Order: sequence, then C-alpha cells, then structure tokens
Amino acid sequence: MRRVLSLLALLGAAAAAAGWWVTAPRPLEPRAFAGLQGDAARGERIFWAAGCASCHAAPGATGEARLVLAGGRRFASAFGTFVAPNISPDPAQGIGGWTLAEFGNAMLRGVAPDGRHYYPAFPYGSYVRMRLQDVADLKAFMDGLPAAETPSKPHEIAFPFSIRRAVGVWKYLYLDDAWVLSGDLTPQETEGRYLVEALTHCAECHTPRDALGGLDRSRWMAGAPNPSGPGRIPNITPARLRWSAAEIAAYLQTGFTPEFDTAGGSMADVVKSTAMLTDADRAAIAAYVKRLAPAE
Amino acid sequence: MALVRLATAAAVMAATLGVTAAAADPAIEAAIRARKAQFQLYAFHAGVVGGMVQGNRPYDAAAAKAAADNLVALSGLSRMFQWPEGSANDTVEGTRALPAIWANFDDFTAKHEALHAATVALAAVAGDGLDALRGAMGAVGGACSACHQAYRAP
Repeated sequence: MRRVLSLLALLGAAAAAAGWWVTAPRPLEPRAFAGLQGDAARGERIFWAAGCASCHAAPGATGEARLVLAGGRRFASAFGTFVAPNISPDPAQGIGGWTLAEFGNAMLRGVAPDGRHYYPAFPYGSYVRMRLQDVADLKAFMDGLPAAETPSKPHEIAFPFSIRRAVGVWKYLYLDDAWVLSGDLTPQETEGRYLVEALTHCAECHTPRDALGGLDRSRWMAGAPNPSGPGRIPNITPARLRWSAAEIAAYLQTGFTPEFDTAGGSMADVVKSTAMLTDADRAAIAAYVKRLAPAE
Repeated sequence: MALVRLATAAAVMAATLGVTAAAADPAIEAAIRARKAQFQLYAFHAGVVGGMVQGNRPYDAAAAKAAADNLVALSGLSRMFQWPEGSANDTVEGTRALPAIWANFDDFTAKHEALHAATVALAAVAGDGLDALRGAMGAVGGACSACHQAYRAP
C-alpha cells in the first residue's frame, strides 16, 4: 500500500513537472539578433503590413494620430475583454526601453521582458513566421514614432483564463511557424504568403477557432463568427470570394468592394493600414488570396 | 404521461412565441427596405466615379459630375423615415444596422452629415480632371467606412 501511494505521489509530481515544463515561456536564443541592424525606412513597410496601428492606435484615431500607439482599444472575446496596451516608445508607459531581443521575444514568441506569456489576442501566432531582419527593421521604425504617456489598462479576463501560465498550453498546442499554404507557388504568391501569414494576420479573424482558441488550419480563411459582436467574418477562399486579384487589391487600397460598398467594422481599420502598402505588396496579397484552398 | 403532455405544451408555446418574435412590424420592414434601396443607389453612383478613378472606365467630366450630383441628392435625403427605433439587428432579421446607431444617434447624424459634405466636395471638383476626382472620392469612401465601422455588423 505504502509503495502504491509513493508511486502515485511520484506520478503526480512528474505530471506537475511536465505541466510546468509545457507551460514555461520559451524565449529565443539570446544571440538570435546578434549583429542585426534595424533600418527604420524599411521598417515602415513592415509596420503597415503587420497592422500594428489597427489595434494599438487610440480608438477612433485617423491620419497622423494612428502613429501614436497609445493603446486603449477594447477587444471583446469568449475569454473576456482584452485591452490593447501602449506600445509607443515612451520609456515609462510604452516599450521605449526595450532591447531588440526583448522586442523579438514579444513578436515571435509572445513572451514579455519579465518572462510572462502574452495572450494570443496579440497575433504572435502569425508574427512567429517573421524574418528576424524584418523584426529589427520594425523596431527601428517604431522607435521613431511619437511617445504617448497613456498608461496601459489591464485586460478584463475571468478565471481560469486569467492564469497567464496557462497560455503556455495554448502555445504548446498551436504556436507553429510552418506555412499553411503549401505547394508550387510563384514568386509573387510566395511573397503574398509571407505578407499574409506572417504580417497582415488575416487568418486571426477570417479563420475559425476551436474551443481553446486555436486556428482551425483545415478551414483556413473559411470565415468565422465575429469575435467581438454579432455577424460573421466572411469566407475569403475562392469558394466564396469571387473577386479578381485586381479587385482584391483595389479593396485593400480604397476600401471599395467591386460593387462599391465600403469596408466596415474592424476591416475599415485594416484597410487604413493596407492602403499604406505599395501596389506590388497589395497585388502579392491578392495573388495569395486567389491561391487559397477553396473551403465552403 | 403527464410529463409528455407538459413537454408538448411547452414545445408548442415555445414555437408560437418564436413565430411571434420573428414576425416583424411591416412598417419597420418597409423602412429597412427603403434604406437598403438608398444604399444601393449610393453604391451604383459611387461605382460610376470609382470606375473612372480605378481606371476601369474612361474619365468623362459630365458623367462624373452627374453621378456626384446624385450622391449629393441621396446623402441629402432626410433621415426621419428610414431609421425608426426598433430596426436594429438585435430585434429584426435581415439588417446589419447595430443598436449603437440609436444609442449614439447624434454621432450617427454627424457621420451622415460628413458623408453629405464629402459628396458636395466631390461634385464641386468632379469636372476638374481625374486627379481632383481621385482625392475627393477617397474622402467619400472614408466617410462611408467611418459609419460602417461604427454602426454596421460584418
């Protein structure tokens, strides 16, 4: 009996240790960014492609004010309400004092400088595919943006999702830098795949999620319930989206659909960012969208 | 047996209530149809100007001006009739209008007035060439989106 009990205790301890190991934050190799120099001019393209301002600019900001990444925008979800933090270069309230390695760990691993997990409302599940040089360039650009002294507000997340350590389970299950679209791609489609899967993170809203909040890769871009209100985010695979590549590119530039309806909801903010890209980048995104596997 | 009867009665009542809730007020339905028609006309005329801006049809000063004038007229329609209380998507099927419209009707009004101002600016330059048209049309699209962003479900 005594032996059975001690075996059970041992198994329990092993399970706890495994759980602790699985949920541990996994930062990048400390030397991952050694020798990389950021280029702010190139970083501006990454900034608009990654859509940083769409979530981190103050709610309702337009024009130049979208470069002030004061945060405060609220995102309702099944797990509670997330509040976008201040990621301006303010050293006290923003991320001004961060090293490139700290910034890289946030972007690519969802790990904060203090070692805590970020919630995947911050789309590091997409940014995990970013090139390290692009991360360095993005930081160089963001370092030059206006500082905001607005303090970040806490997320309003209920137990048990309030346990940050549990995000480690999510990462164990879903954080994966493999490309979703595979096959024989043209150079333009390949660049579009990088833009969409690593930067513009379209899938975060356009792909349905399972019960634990992981993206269902078998239904990639096949549409999903609106995470923050009524209605559905549309299916943009060729099964439903019949627009030409030129029409998709025009939409991402002007917000006008081929029928001359205009973007609304969260997509209106997305278009404010994609409007800042080059025609070539929008054409590459459109080429990728046209190559998606049709899913009803 | 009594339990089965109770369950049947409950099911019938639930079905009846469901039907009652789904049968909308004809006046509300008519208002929703009317505003959808208005949006259809916006899109149709925006398409004339937008087609020129996007290079899908040749620039024609007279046609651009006529389409812009129609947008001015459409955005100048009184809002008194198409937006009755109780016509949001939380109570009625077949509309994407959010309840926030009626919670912030002053802001909704201001956004509609901003669209009207943008169409007036568009009409003023519609005959001045493609570059002028492009800038003014961008502002019209921005005014459309500002309202769709706040007040229309996806």
